[in-house]
Amino acid sequence: MENLIALLVAAPLLGAAVLLVGGRRLDRAGHWLGTLLAAASFVIGLVLFASLLGKDAEHRTLVQHLWTWVPVESFRADVAFRLDQLSVTFVLLITGVGTLIHLYSVGYMAHDERRRRFFGYLNLFLAAMLILVLADNYLLLYVGWEGVGLASYLLIGFWQHKPSAATAAKKAFLVNRVGDIGLSIAIMLMFTTFGTFAFGPVLTSAGDASEGRLTAIALMLLLAACGKSAQVPLQSWLGDAMEGPTPVSALIHAATMVTAGVYLIVRSAAIFNGAPDAQVAVTVVGAVTLLFGAIVGCAKDDIKKALAGSTMSQIGYMVLAAGLGPIGYVFAIMHLVTHGFFKAGLFLGAGSVMHGMNDEVDMRKFGGLRKYMPVTFVTFGLGYLAIIGFPFLSGFYSKDAIIEAAFAKGGTQGWILGSVTLLGAAITAFYMTRVMLMTFFGERRWQPDADGHDPHPHESPTTMTIPMIVLAIGSVGAGFFFHLGDRFVHWLEPVTGHSEGDSPVGVSVITAATLVCLVVGVGIAWAMYGRRAVPAVAPRGSLLTRAARRDLLQDDFNHVVLVRGGEHLTRSLVYVDHTLVDGVVNGTAAGFGGMSGRLRRVQNGFVRSYAVSMFGGAALLVAATLLMRAV
Amino acid sequence: MNPVNYLYLSALLFTIGATGVLLRRNAIVVFMCVELMLNACNLAFVVFSRMHGNLDGQIIAFFTMVVAAAEVVVGLAIIVSLFRARHSASVDDASLMKL
Repeated sequence: MENLIALLVAAPLLGAAVLLVGGRRLDRAGHWLGTLLAAASFVIGLVLFASLLGKDAEHRTLVQHLWTWVPVESFRADVAFRLDQLSVTFVLLITGVGTLIHLYSVGYMAHDERRRRFFGYLNLFLAAMLILVLADNYLLLYVGWEGVGLASYLLIGFWQHKPSAATAAKKAFLVNRVGDIGLSIAIMLMFTTFGTFAFGPVLTSAGDASEGRLTAIALMLLLAACGKSAQVPLQSWLGDAMEGPTPVSALIHAATMVTAGVYLIVRSAAIFNGAPDAQVAVTVVGAVTLLFGAIVGCAKDDIKKALAGSTMSQIGYMVLAAGLGPIGYVFAIMHLVTHGFFKAGLFLGAGSVMHGMNDEVDMRKFGGLRKYMPVTFVTFGLGYLAIIGFPFLSGFYSKDAIIEAAFAKGGTQGWILGSVTLLGAAITAFYMTRVMLMTFFGERRWQPDADGHDPHPHESPTTMTIPMIVLAIGSVGAGFFFHLGDRFVHWLEPVTGHSEGDSPVGVSVITAATLVCLVVGVGIAWAMYGRRAVPAVAPRGSLLTRAARRDLLQDDFNHVVLVRGGEHLTRSLVYVDHTLVDGVVNGTAAGFGGMSGRLRRVQNGFVRSYAVSMFGGAALLVAATLLMRAV
Repeated sequence: MNPVNYLYLSALLFTIGATGVLLRRNAIVVFMCVELMLNACNLAFVVFSRMHGNLDGQIIAFFTMVVAAAEVVVGLAIIVSLFRARHSASVDDASLMKL
């Protein structure tokens, strides 16, 4: 059965190769080929999942060893895949949502002449992401990690004729690179500490290493996770990444790739368990990002950027949960999966709205769209209810579990983290209600464009609505399905470990508090955007609003601290180079020049002076020989 | 007679020759001084041959004479053609090979 694992990766990889190398002949059917191969990968994933279900909980790990990649003395890197409960969960999410988004893209990219290339990149992404989650060692994981970074770069910059898209792609690539340094250092540290970087030996012997070593490795892994998952301080690329086509935002920058950081932390659970200081750092990063993303999401008028802020915030929840240790790992992954459903659905809905509105993204120019796009409205609405944690929908179960786990951390830390997650829930309810009201409710605010064309909002074609409907079903049911009989906990427990936290407040109290936060958030949003008409031009807003519109000054901060700082550094380095380094080099050269100028006077052309030097030399040699004899 | 005295003579002749090479300007004289140095060496070879009781030194002396004869031929030819070109046999006048 384990021989099937490589096929999971091979199918989309084949698609990418054929579509990218095949040329224009494939323009007409290439997108269906890409979708078919993604679906094939999903079917293989289902077969493997079924086979895992048929085994005991303890034996649900399949390893396929393909070949030894780098055999050098004690350094041995294998190309091997590991399928266990954690990776199969990701496989199903990636290939399932991936297939739906391939299907959606068939309609969404219908008028794009580079559609074949787009599908090639999507398949490349799927293959890289599957390598990332299936890898049996950190080095192969790094291959997938870089692969998804490449695919993300190519897809953000897919409309490279727009300078903003090209810049955003570069920004995402560069910021990710900072995180990747963390991962590479972590792998090197693992090798020096454990002598290997395969999951099995590293994670079982993590307890033997010193706490300092583990903390160093864990912090480096956290840096990597920050880069890939757009967590503070490496969050600045995600908002700009919305320049890519919307299916890309849904698949890569909402459902799958940005959650790779959470996967990395949960996969390395054994390392983090041995490094409490690093775990605190993880929760701090998660809590800060949770609020950061939520505040940014409140101020954006661009529907995709509002959703991007929300994505950051939700991943903040997952990272926070992953930082809580065994009480949170399972819930981090559970929220990751439910978030994959509803956030992908929300993005696809946003794409559908843009598709019907001539690619308009400003929510102030939407309004009242529910009459024109009923399917989009209903699916988007279900995703909305799921993300704000409406009772019995997906987000309710997964987010509540994280809030409970945060309180259960215990002590002051537990109270702080718990309050932050509760506050985050209220802000989430606020900004999502705002998006919902500004887009689908109220008066129509769209105007005919410069040529006098009315946008004619219309429902999207079937290839686009079907994925939205499927994801909406997932958004509604996944949470309840996972929660029923604690299935998800029991499923993941053998891999990640799980322990029940000891919460200082009762579960029912927390649920009630969450619901109160939800109602308050929705209520404030209703008072601001539902009761009153939304102005077509954004009001000036308070200082916080204006800062949040500028992504809480993240780019200004980076500019002042990193860009300016870098400029100062390079300028001083150039100065040192010119004075010190060049000084030494030029001084040496000048010294030799002067010396040789003097030395050449010896060559005066007089035979007798040459004769003197010969005799002198001979005399010296004789004298030296005699002296050596005497000694 | 003690053969070492011949060595002293050889050293004396060599020194005279070397001094002449270094101090005299006339090419012919310099040349003669070079011959003097060669013959001083020959004398030393012969003396050593005598002192050690084998013939190696004497054979080398013959070689030196042959080489010196060849050198005289080439050297004198150079000096004559130099004199024809520059109307002078002074070695200091032929100081063109310099930087």
